[in-house]
Amino acid sequence: MSDLYSRVVNHEYGRKVADLLGLPTPAELRRHVPGEPPLTGPVLVGGDGDLSTPVVELLRTAGLDVHTEPADPEHTARYAALVFDATGMRDSTSLGGLHEFFHTMIRRLGGSGRIVVLGRAPEAIDDPAAHAAQRSLEGFVRAIGKELRAGGTANLVTVAPGADDGIAAPLRFLLSGRSAYVSGQRLPVVTSSTTTVADLDRPHAGRVAVVTGAARGIGESIARTLARDGATIVGVDLPSSGDALAGVVNDVGGTALQLDITADDAGERLVDHVRTRHGHLDVLVNNAGITRDKTIAGMDRRQWDMVLGVNLTAMESLDRAVLDADDVLGDTPRIVCLSSMNGIAGARGQTNYATSKAGVIGHVAAMADPLADRDGTINAVAPGFIETDMTEAMPMASRELGRRLNSLSQGGLPVDVAEAISFLAWPDADGVNGTTLRVCGQNLLGA
Amino acid sequence: MTQLRDAAIVAGNRIPFARSGTAYARASNHDMLTAALDGLVARTGLAGATLGEVAGGAVLKHSRDFNLVREAVLASALADDTPAFDVQKACDTSLEAVLAVANKIRVGQVDVGIGCGVDTTSDAPMGLNDDLRHLLLAAQQANEPVDFVKLAGQLRPSLLKPDIPRNAEQATGLSMGEHQAITTAEWGVSREAQDQLALRSHQRLAAAWDDGFFDDLVTPFLGLDRDNNLRPDSTLEKLSTLKPVFGDRETGTMTAGNSTPLTDGAAAVLLATPDWAADHDLPVLARLVDAESAAVDYVHGHEGLLMAPVYAVPRLLARRGLTLQDFDLYEIHEAFASTVLATMAAWEDEEFCHDRLGLDAPLGSIDRDRLNVNGSSLATGHPFAATGARIVATAAKLLAERDDFEHGGRALVSICAAGGNGLVAILEK
Repeated sequence: MSDLYSRVVNHEYGRKVADLLGLPTPAELRRHVPGEPPLTGPVLVGGDGDLSTPVVELLRTAGLDVHTEPADPEHTARYAALVFDATGMRDSTSLGGLHEFFHTMIRRLGGSGRIVVLGRAPEAIDDPAAHAAQRSLEGFVRAIGKELRAGGTANLVTVAPGADDGIAAPLRFLLSGRSAYVSGQRLPVVTSSTTTVADLDRPHAGRVAVVTGAARGIGESIARTLARDGATIVGVDLPSSGDALAGVVNDVGGTALQLDITADDAGERLVDHVRTRHGHLDVLVNNAGITRDKTIAGMDRRQWDMVLGVNLTAMESLDRAVLDADDVLGDTPRIVCLSSMNGIAGARGQTNYATSKAGVIGHVAAMADPLADRDGTINAVAPGFIETDMTEAMPMASRELGRRLNSLSQGGLPVDVAEAISFLAWPDADGVNGTTLRVCGQNLLGA
Repeated sequence: MTQLRDAAIVAGNRIPFARSGTAYARASNHDMLTAALDGLVARTGLAGATLGEVAGGAVLKHSRDFNLVREAVLASALADDTPAFDVQKACDTSLEAVLAVANKIRVGQVDVGIGCGVDTTSDAPMGLNDDLRHLLLAAQQANEPVDFVKLAGQLRPSLLKPDIPRNAEQATGLSMGEHQAITTAEWGVSREAQDQLALRSHQRLAAAWDDGFFDDLVTPFLGLDRDNNLRPDSTLEKLSTLKPVFGDRETGTMTAGNSTPLTDGAAAVLLATPDWAADHDLPVLARLVDAESAAVDYVHGHEGLLMAPVYAVPRLLARRGLTLQDFDLYEIHEAFASTVLATMAAWEDEEFCHDRLGLDAPLGSIDRDRLNVNGSSLATGHPFAATGARIVATAAKLLAERDDFEHGGRALVSICAAGGNGLVAILEK
């Protein structure tokens, strides 16, 4: 909770004033703390479909207090999460089950509560009624996400045929504090998972993670989060950022590589460093990115080329370099790329940036199969308004607007983006491939 | 006696060098050395590691910095139980420090260590003048009020004049530049040759920066990411317009363009046994195989102040059974352009080699295309105690980069120093 407005309205008198004026009252979000339980209370599993039974078993194995029947109406205890299996809904009339469950249960959801709806991937359903019913779930989740208060989130996990085994990692992520700023999203599980993680607090133990742009901002947070989750970090940044990079790397453990990722031999040098210093590479996070904002009429070609060069072309060639280098990828390789909300919604003065960041979405979709061939995945994260030095420098009015235009009425933190990236890179997140996950607090832009 | 082990040069790091009073004007030796160490640690992934030894030093030191290197280690990302000690040998300081660590490695006392150096002429120590210092020391011994009154009677305005460190030899009172001007004249080194050498140093250093050669040898500091003494667009015409600053102010040949400026900076070199390097997935860039120091009597005018390396090299060559031409690279510290030129002229001079060095034949000339190939001190600047570590790291990386050297990859490092000292060393792949 960093911004002044949030601090004021979370104070006793501030909240009264805000309520009186009908102003948003952003809640302090529950975020992941290593060692703490994933949920602060019981989870209620509702709905009826193929996944109910395995989900209950999964959650119980994870040590959660799982209820399958709502407690009696007198019971005032709050649920930390509501998981609803909607995979059995085959037509529009069956959707009434959503109302039946959430009409009463939403009042039982505690602070920073979680709603996860499980559905089937509509694209894979031929029957029109079933397809429509499953597609409906997205609208429901997006709407209920906007009704939640006190830091609650609602998300939809769609499971492809035969991918039921792949839901463990997405569920674990979405129920935990790691997904604090992820809401109103559809997370598709496309394949089953063949991997498990021994220590859930250190899912990256023994793995090597390359993070580009690691010297500061979101990249620094990614490096710190992956290191917290057990990874050895290869921090990459421009030679001119080497001092900040050294500070981060010396803090988290790993090696610093001063490298301009747009250089012709950047991929070769990265692979060479990883191979000689660490033997292999498990995770590549393409975080390095730049902006050169101008309206298209005022933008010179150099500003266009620089942004496309760093944000898309260099990223593509790094990915190609690690894939082409025979002996460098680990057993469960993960590539995570940084897209942006503005790559989805567009933003005035950012034709270059939005073009590059939309390209990232296409890149991960197109590279999913080549990665799957190597038992790997490639995904993107599209951050919304994240509190960084860059947003701190924005004019007050646009900064405040950016912060509040989302269901959580606040900006996200760099760690929220980092948590999503860490999740997509988990060894047992192999069911998620080729997708772009928004970390935007359900921002209105582009949604 | 057991077999000596190899001392491998594994990695190097420095901060960009800055002209005195510029980017690092407010930085201390402690700050700069810590930054150089931290960059080395980050690059090599040694955060939290305990090393066998860190040796290093500074030429211009505050009295509080008697344990400068150990203090910098404590402030760095290295483990706090890494021992360290200070060395001080003017411009040879960090080469001597590198050699000390290399020798410890070779005889089996440590497996890994760092040789380093740092200097600031911006944050230079300034002392009380001797009269005031003696007065204050006497005051510490005084007991009776009357003693204080007596001492107070000795107070003079002149006592406020500080003792500022001077770039001058204590024995002669001449600055290093004035000494070199004598040598320059003796060897008849031309202004044009000096300017040519300086120009080439800048051009080569600029090209090395542009090629990314320093991407894994330098870590930025305080907003500086390149040596700010570097003048990539310098020309012979520009250099030729500069007025002489040493020797005869009319006929002299040494200018600010072909002499090194006062500079701030720090540099460090990681050395280890090849086994230690392999265990830590680090490369062996080169090995430090031998070194020789020499000194000359410049006080009585028998030899030029900066000519000691001229004497050290033939002794080293004789011990190794090598000729001066058996090298692929030469790194001769450019204290002044004329130092390099006079050094080479002396090795080519039959009479000098016979009379002074006791050789039957001159050592001969060296291939200029192998000399300071990525520039040297005239372009980078010269923070006295950091120069040796800078040169060793650069030479080691140059050796590691190529596999087609005529002599298998062998470099000669030669660094002259104040006090008539000199230290030379051989690096091999």
